[in-house]
Amino acid sequence: MIDLQNICRHFQMGDQEVRALDQIDVRIESGEYVSIMGPSGSGKSTLLNVLGLLDRPTAGTYILDGRETTSLDDEELAHTRARKIGFIFQSFHLIPRLTAFENVELPLVLAGVAPEVRRPRVQELLASLSLESRARHRPNELSGGQRQRVAIARAMVMQPAVLLADEPTGNLDHISGAEVLAAIEGLNAKGITLLVVTHDAEVAQRARRHIRMRDGRVVEDAT
Amino acid sequence: MRFRDLVRLSLDSAVRARMRSIMLLLAMSIGVAAVIALTSLGEGARRYVADEFQALGTRMIIVIPGRSETGGVSPGMLSGETPRDLTLSDALAVQRLPGVQRVAPLVIGSAPASVGALEREAPVMGSSSELMPVHGFVLARGDFLPPGDLSRDTAVAVIGNNIARELFPGREAIGGNLRIGDRRFRVIGVLADQGRMIGMDSQELIIVPVSAAQALFNTESLFRLLIQAHTRDDMTRVRDATIEVIKLRHQGEEDVTVITQDALLSTFDRIFTALTLTLAGIASISLAVAGVLIMNVMLVSVSQRTSEVGLLKAIGATRRQITALFLTEAILLSVAGAIAGLAVGYGVDWIVGNIYPSLPLNPPVWAVVMALVVAILSGVIFGLMPARRAARLDPVAALAGRR
Repeated sequence: MIDLQNICRHFQMGDQEVRALDQIDVRIESGEYVSIMGPSGSGKSTLLNVLGLLDRPTAGTYILDGRETTSLDDEELAHTRARKIGFIFQSFHLIPRLTAFENVELPLVLAGVAPEVRRPRVQELLASLSLESRARHRPNELSGGQRQRVAIARAMVMQPAVLLADEPTGNLDHISGAEVLAAIEGLNAKGITLLVVTHDAEVAQRARRHIRMRDGRVVEDAT
Repeated sequence: MRFRDLVRLSLDSAVRARMRSIMLLLAMSIGVAAVIALTSLGEGARRYVADEFQALGTRMIIVIPGRSETGGVSPGMLSGETPRDLTLSDALAVQRLPGVQRVAPLVIGSAPASVGALEREAPVMGSSSELMPVHGFVLARGDFLPPGDLSRDTAVAVIGNNIARELFPGREAIGGNLRIGDRRFRVIGVLADQGRMIGMDSQELIIVPVSAAQALFNTESLFRLLIQAHTRDDMTRVRDATIEVIKLRHQGEEDVTVITQDALLSTFDRIFTALTLTLAGIASISLAVAGVLIMNVMLVSVSQRTSEVGLLKAIGATRRQITALFLTEAILLSVAGAIAGLAVGYGVDWIVGNIYPSLPLNPPVWAVVMALVVAILSGVIFGLMPARRAARLDPVAALAGRR
């Protein structure tokens, strides 16, 4: 499913080279539930960005679903992101002027899916996340937990193979956080590959496989 | 992405950023309205002058005594000759030319006109019965000059409305006696209010038979000879024949200037078209300013929506799609501004048209098309740079709100 071979990501900071990722080798099979932990600056967010095809590694090979990705151009990367990868962010990243429904619909709109196909799919997803009554509300009229569930619906609407969650409960209280985790774990139970980056040991413990990072390297990979 | 979705998303973004959109609409509509209003003024002035010429009479050829040389020195000037007068017998000779329908001689001067103790200075025009159809005068009441022998000195006068009011206050002018200079005339007609002719206000005019005017101003020579051709096609032939016959009568000297209405009209036409083009050019500067404003505002919008661009990239938007979204927004705004500007421009025309009904205010079609095209083009050109900047943002940095 995901195969990282000798992945490096270096940044130039002034005259100093920062190795955000330093020779990472990770294989993740389809349907796994992986947590990625580590202190700030350990490279876990960079790893997530590389996995999500938002960032290109400086060196190494990344094979996603049998396809080498480091040689793809911007256009192909965008298409791969649209079809294979769903993102959930700590700060939700909903578009404030669009309703919950329209936010969820957006990936389908970009992919050029016809309105009559989009509508039932979005409605079904919102219903499965108990959001059907909030469909016409804008993000500022929703609670944090609801916002994150809208973001989950948006991530899922293209039926991706991988769900990447960057601190998904970071901005939520305990109860909303538990709801959100239950929602994404439910998706994992149905077969999606789930990767969660987190500071929170309690959240990390729920995963079946734990990757711990420090200074751009994987220091622990345990199941 | 489907076209309808593209427009809907862009429109949504424009409508939500209300203040920003209003400012852009305002700038663009001022630019377009300026083009519409200014070119309407130029075009209106052109049409006004053209109408004035129409009022001068149709199919008209004007003979002016004296030769106006535009280049070089005429032989007459070297030999010290003065141009010969244009006389009534010249008029009669022209009258007999083929293609000539009417000839109206003109003698113009100014003389004191009085009725009893009331006196005022008035322009006096000496002519014939043919003046009315040639010049397009309309009578309010009474008769125009009687037809007949041009050399007969009949003591009758046709007067303008204002003259009638001032010299015959509270009573009927027709049949009244009028003293012009040291001669007495009987008033036989009053001219209708027809507005101004070129340089002459028909309400302030006294018209008498040409020989009476010649006697009054003690002159044999005519001020002008107005010739009306039968058809437009006769114009050139009549003009050439007129020059020929007068040259013959003036000992082979071509000492008159013959101008046709068409020539005058086309000269004025060119002048006013140039004026309108200049005004359009000046007004389109404001369109360019509006374009720069679009660019500025869109750039600000891109930096405000950096994290939104990052999100769009994360959910699979291509560079082309992001460019299209921002560009469509800029184009929608400039099109809306252009339409608002058209409305404002036509509104201004309507208001000015109501205040000055004699000025025909309508923007020329090319100006309307140009204003719209320039407005939309500036949306495209000035919207492209911000849109491409948005599309080029690095997704990781953009998601974090950094640029």
